[in-house]
Amino acid sequence: MIMRRLFDTPAWRPNLLEELEQMRQRISRFYEEPGKTTRRAGVFPLINVTENKESYFIRAELPGMKADEIDISATADSLALSGERKIPDEDKNVNYHRRERESGKFSRMFSLPSPIDASKAEAKMTDGILTVILPKAESAKPRQIAIR
Amino acid sequence: MTRELQAKEKQELAASGEQTKPGPVFIPAADIFETDKAIVLLADIPGVKTKDLNIDLRDNTLTLEGEISPFEGADESAVLTEYDVGKYFRQFTLSEVIDQSKIDAKLTDGVLRLTLPKVEKATPRKISVTAG
Repeated sequence: MIMRRLFDTPAWRPNLLEELEQMRQRISRFYEEPGKTTRRAGVFPLINVTENKESYFIRAELPGMKADEIDISATADSLALSGERKIPDEDKNVNYHRRERESGKFSRMFSLPSPIDASKAEAKMTDGILTVILPKAESAKPRQIAIR
Repeated sequence: MTRELQAKEKQELAASGEQTKPGPVFIPAADIFETDKAIVLLADIPGVKTKDLNIDLRDNTLTLEGEISPFEGADESAVLTEYDVGKYFRQFTLSEVIDQSKIDAKLTDGVLRLTLPKVEKATPRKISVTAG
């Protein structure tokens, strides 16, 4: 049965490439919402980057961490985050039913789409979410051009 | 020994059809341990404020629900999105009887610590039977 079906299939279909292209488009549409780039880097912490005219905003979820436990360094075109998430030890006599929260070290670096002014960078921790605000360099800011 | 932390996608709640509000719902990672006196639950719920967290205990079912209020400025547009933001929901069934009046919940830096004290067991009473 299988043999017959294999041999019955024509080796070349004239619209095969077209079909493949359509399929590729359908798959990519499934993964990407318009105007939103989703890329899984697979490096802790996962980050979301947004921008407005003035700055870039980098956010990461780091529950249980304090601002001074995270090392942040910025250059003109990159940002590095590193630190260690610690989960305080409980009393010896406790009996764990579930342990899903993870501790450990992390270090991540990424480059920014356009130059920033690293000297004016700001960072804050609110409810376990780290927000780093990186003002764009003057040269990278969009400029309104007045028409005379 | 310190391990390297691995990036993990947040676990989405499967039964999202039961939610009335749109948007993703995630299951927070939790630690649960027990001592002689209490059951302690720790859950990672980054972004949830104290006022947006609901903890409910009835009929041995503990429900945690955390709403997220948007924290991005209106003029921000996404450049890269690696994680999704949404509310947190998780339910646990408790086998022990909990002293409801002594439940203690603390939310610090996106981590909830919930202490559920066990009801002190009634001291067994011996019933003496006298021959009549």
